[in-house]
Amino acid sequence: MTDTTQITAPPRNQWWDVWDQFKTHKGALIGAVFFILIILGVIFGPWLWGVDATHIDIRSRNQGPSLAHPMGTDQLGRDTFARMMAGGRVSMAVGLTAMALALGLGTLVGVVAGYFKKLDGIMMRTTDLFLALPLLPLLLVIIMLFRDKLNSAFGPEGGIFILMVSAIGATSWMQTARIVRGDVLAIKEREFVLAARSIGTPSRRMIIRHILPNVLSPIMVSATLGIANAIITESALSFLGLGFPPDFPTWGRLLFDSVDYLQQYPERVMWPGLAISLTVLSVNYMGDGLRDALDPKIRGR
Amino acid sequence: MFTFTIRRLILTVPTLLFISFVIFMIVKLSPSDPTGNLPLTIPSEVREQIREALGVNKPLIVQYGLWLKQFFWLEPRIYLEHAFGWDLGTAGETRLISYQTRSPVMDLIMQRMPQTLMVVGTAYLVGTLIALPIGIISAYKQYSVFDQMGTLVSMIGFSVPPFFSGVLVIVLFSVMIPSDSYFWLPSIYDTTHEVTDWESFKFQFRQMIMPVMVLALQITAQISRFTRASMLDNLNQDYVRTARAKGMKEKTVVLVHVLRNSMIPVVTVIALGIPSIFGGAIITEQVFKVNGLGQLLIIAIQGGDVPTVQTLTFIFAILIVLFNLIADVLYGILDPRIRYD
Amino acid sequence: MKLKPALLGAAASLAFVPMAMADGHSGERGRDGAVSIIYWQAPSIMNPFLSGGTKDVEAGSMVVEPLARYSETGELVPWLVDEIPTTDNGGVSEDLTTITWKIKPGIVWSDGTPFTSADVKFTADYCMNPEGGCAQITKFEGVTNVEAIDDLTVKVTFDKPTPFPYGPFVGGESPILQAAQFADCTGAAASSCSEQNFNPIGTGPFKVVEFKPNDVITMEANENYREEGKPAFATVTFKGGGDATAAGRAVMETGEFDYAWNLQLAPDVIANMEKGGKGKPVAGFGPLVERLMLNQTNPSPDLGPEERSVIRPHPFLGDPAVYKAMSMAIDRPLLVEIGYGKAGKVTCNWVPAPDAFNSTSMTCDKQDIAGANKLLEDAGWVDSNGDGSRDKDGVELSLLYQSSTNAVRQDFQALIKQWWSEIGITAELRNVDSSVFFGGDAASPDTFQKFYADVEMYANTFNGTDPQSYLANGLCDKAPSPATQWQGENITRFCNEEYDALHKKLSNTAGLEARAEIGKQLNDLIVQEGAIIPLVHRGRLSAHANSLGGVKLNVWDSELWNVADWYRVK
Repeated sequence: MTDTTQITAPPRNQWWDVWDQFKTHKGALIGAVFFILIILGVIFGPWLWGVDATHIDIRSRNQGPSLAHPMGTDQLGRDTFARMMAGGRVSMAVGLTAMALALGLGTLVGVVAGYFKKLDGIMMRTTDLFLALPLLPLLLVIIMLFRDKLNSAFGPEGGIFILMVSAIGATSWMQTARIVRGDVLAIKEREFVLAARSIGTPSRRMIIRHILPNVLSPIMVSATLGIANAIITESALSFLGLGFPPDFPTWGRLLFDSVDYLQQYPERVMWPGLAISLTVLSVNYMGDGLRDALDPKIRGR
Repeated sequence: MFTFTIRRLILTVPTLLFISFVIFMIVKLSPSDPTGNLPLTIPSEVREQIREALGVNKPLIVQYGLWLKQFFWLEPRIYLEHAFGWDLGTAGETRLISYQTRSPVMDLIMQRMPQTLMVVGTAYLVGTLIALPIGIISAYKQYSVFDQMGTLVSMIGFSVPPFFSGVLVIVLFSVMIPSDSYFWLPSIYDTTHEVTDWESFKFQFRQMIMPVMVLALQITAQISRFTRASMLDNLNQDYVRTARAKGMKEKTVVLVHVLRNSMIPVVTVIALGIPSIFGGAIITEQVFKVNGLGQLLIIAIQGGDVPTVQTLTFIFAILIVLFNLIADVLYGILDPRIRYD
Repeated sequence: MKLKPALLGAAASLAFVPMAMADGHSGERGRDGAVSIIYWQAPSIMNPFLSGGTKDVEAGSMVVEPLARYSETGELVPWLVDEIPTTDNGGVSEDLTTITWKIKPGIVWSDGTPFTSADVKFTADYCMNPEGGCAQITKFEGVTNVEAIDDLTVKVTFDKPTPFPYGPFVGGESPILQAAQFADCTGAAASSCSEQNFNPIGTGPFKVVEFKPNDVITMEANENYREEGKPAFATVTFKGGGDATAAGRAVMETGEFDYAWNLQLAPDVIANMEKGGKGKPVAGFGPLVERLMLNQTNPSPDLGPEERSVIRPHPFLGDPAVYKAMSMAIDRPLLVEIGYGKAGKVTCNWVPAPDAFNSTSMTCDKQDIAGANKLLEDAGWVDSNGDGSRDKDGVELSLLYQSSTNAVRQDFQALIKQWWSEIGITAELRNVDSSVFFGGDAASPDTFQKFYADVEMYANTFNGTDPQSYLANGLCDKAPSPATQWQGENITRFCNEEYDALHKKLSNTAGLEARAEIGKQLNDLIVQEGAIIPLVHRGRLSAHANSLGGVKLNVWDSELWNVADWYRVK
């Protein structure tokens, strides 16, 4: 690591600086391109490809990749390519929303608990409570209490989507909260924070300008791990019958269903595995780039 | 710091009582039923009699009170009797009984503990020991080939769930490799195996390789990412420059000063992870038939075995509260500026 | 098992023992060393009276035994008795109210004490104790008295003429416990006897060395077992846990285990495992049927809790055109091929076995989409609003189709949904975790008993070879409702006076032929009235290592019923 010399940027909107720095980060750029491609693919793909993901063509089951079925077909003759795209829609939506929810909640709790000593006790004990709750019975209870109500309000798919996202989000924010709090506790005592406080900076401003930018790295890591976690948790839940209707493909579910066919049709496991890994990798690199870009010490180096 | 620890320890009691009540209500409300896995040939009147005999239909508050009494008053005394041979008058009292096996829950937990600690504990240790150097080197040599490879492997490691990676290694090492080969590994963990000599140790080692590696992959991925991120933050701090300017050895700068200051998030993650060793690894245990605490918990959940689920989760809660307290104390040691009082 | 009489005789004389062993399946007890069995559901207790779970009953059957059991062909065979009591040999009284069992002399428990009629009587008292929560109490239904006439004679008295008196002490679900061991474990104390429940003393070929609940059981040969030279194995490792795939793999591909139970896996997965060359699957057929249950009540969520799935009729499933078309649209041979392979057969019946009870009056092995469409068309069901589902008088043919979570069931759901969509019936699918679905928790909306759906799919069967109590699942008064806390076995809420009368007649009729005739009529009635659409007659598929001999898959009793005869193929 070489010594850094800071170059004063011309006075313009700092987000342009951030973008300039982000652009120079090759990994981040590739990650972003991939991510956008995946998003576009799952949004417009099914519409362009035109094959129904749930259509069963029993005569052409268990086929390898071909022109008609670029990724082959499954044990009922459904087109895997169409299922991957349709599944991606759900997995990406669940993964991103649940991650955002977990991250938002986790960061909020972590920062508030770390910064305001009075709230620390009660918030961290709540975190302990959530950490201790057994996920499966909790979900069974949530589903029993709310599924029918949400179904009638948002339709069966919308209802279960809201249920899954909030359940996964609500049970995965605790780690982020603990980590952010730990960092905030340390940063709070740093000189620059003491300095800012001594000139009477209000708490809100203090948190947003001084504390948050400094706890960004663990948050970014949590985000990357969170998205993978959400996609996989969703698959475990659908497997247990707690998730989406059974004919509704998701990446996690495709992966789970094809594990039994690992020896006969290894490509079937590969597609969803690859899709999840690529998504997580691209989010990881974007996170890396974003963190670097937001760090004034690195920016402009 | 000492008064803080004492105060927190005292506060733990009401916290845990509250947590135990919430857990109890959730487990009780959840719609799994102890007769759910019985064959359909058993009619519903008989199922009702079974429930009645198990005490499932008693009022909630009575059941909770009984659990509290058994867990906090009866079971510790029985433990003491066993440990020291005292007679504390526990004979004839009903212990905390599992619905499924009709045997004391504590005995089940004690029986499962060794294999879980052995497999999940080793995996945690191995995972952490691999993760720390990877995280440190990756951060120090950011964007080097090593760093990129580390990122790739850990990200794939984290996005591939054990229900897939476990089966994959079984197919590779137990199916594809003939069983008389030196590299063949058993796909089913033998929980009755006892290590007595070198040969049996070698067998134990072989049967642990796959589950430990599958678990360690996930743990490594997680911890190395947090270590790397935190190291990166600190490597750019002013104090690093100062230390270097003073002519301090690079090794000392990185491994003593930077590392120590980067440990806070890592300590948090590890402290959160250690209780989960006790919780077992549900999927991995299932894949390799380790039948530890994770498998006990999942079977109990599926079977509506309230006493077992409640006790396991509550012990888990105790460990979480305890290790989070330890993490808080460690923060103060790592960074003496942190004050709680 | 081919026992050559000459060799068997020779085995007794020491000089010929090596030769007998060379033949592989006779010789001294424990000659073949260790055998390992894997059940992907782990046994949690060895006492079948405290857990009705199949895994527990079968694990227990290696240790504790009944007086008589069913053979692999479904016939009653004497086990701890000399012969099966019948009216012909005087064992069953003329008025069909008593049955007298004569115990084979000389049987001892594994601890060396003699097995007597007192143990049999004790077992009945143990299970019939109302506070014990005995899971097998139905085996003792109608029993008023069990009496030990002398050391080797037991007389069971029923409260009314019982044409089929082989409930108590028959089959793996109702074995004999040792009175001395369980004396302090009756009634409410049953639960606290974990030592006894884990290590029961039995008359079976093996005894428990160590029982780790929900994990592994270690057993060794019972040195007091009544048959000379059996069992061939000295020790048994009975491992539990994991999933069916892993169990199948451990027997057929890696060769780590000798026997894997109940491999509910897709046929091509099994076929691929077979290529591993270490073992082979075996299938047997009992009365298990995978079926669609059609709700005879209205499950609409708009109805209140006292009315939902209680008030009749269903908006459209009562129309013969609809349920007949739904059945015609299904390609059963394809379902068998995809879901069960060797372990499945097409069936149109609710009771497909034993053979005597298998009705032949219906056929259903041809899919007929065009015919189904025409049937609906003629009945006035047309898609008037173009939404993809047919309708009539404002009622849409759109239904909720639920099942428990299981890979094969989800494939079936997807296939059947597609076939129904081809005849203008739209289906919404739902799968529920089986511990909830079959759990019977009155607070949960997702149990199969509440049936808050139009159609649900699962499999059911009956124990033994007599379907009388199974056929009672179609009686009006067995319908679950809020008044019964949702208990009852008539899941479809089928209600038909003719059916009730016919069933009453069955319960008063003796003689297999006459009973079978009524049984078939009952079966036809319930299927033709549209309460049930049978799909697949399912078999049990287990796998054993090529080196394991003597396995006879038995679906009428415990699969491990003849474990004493198993041996190592050399």
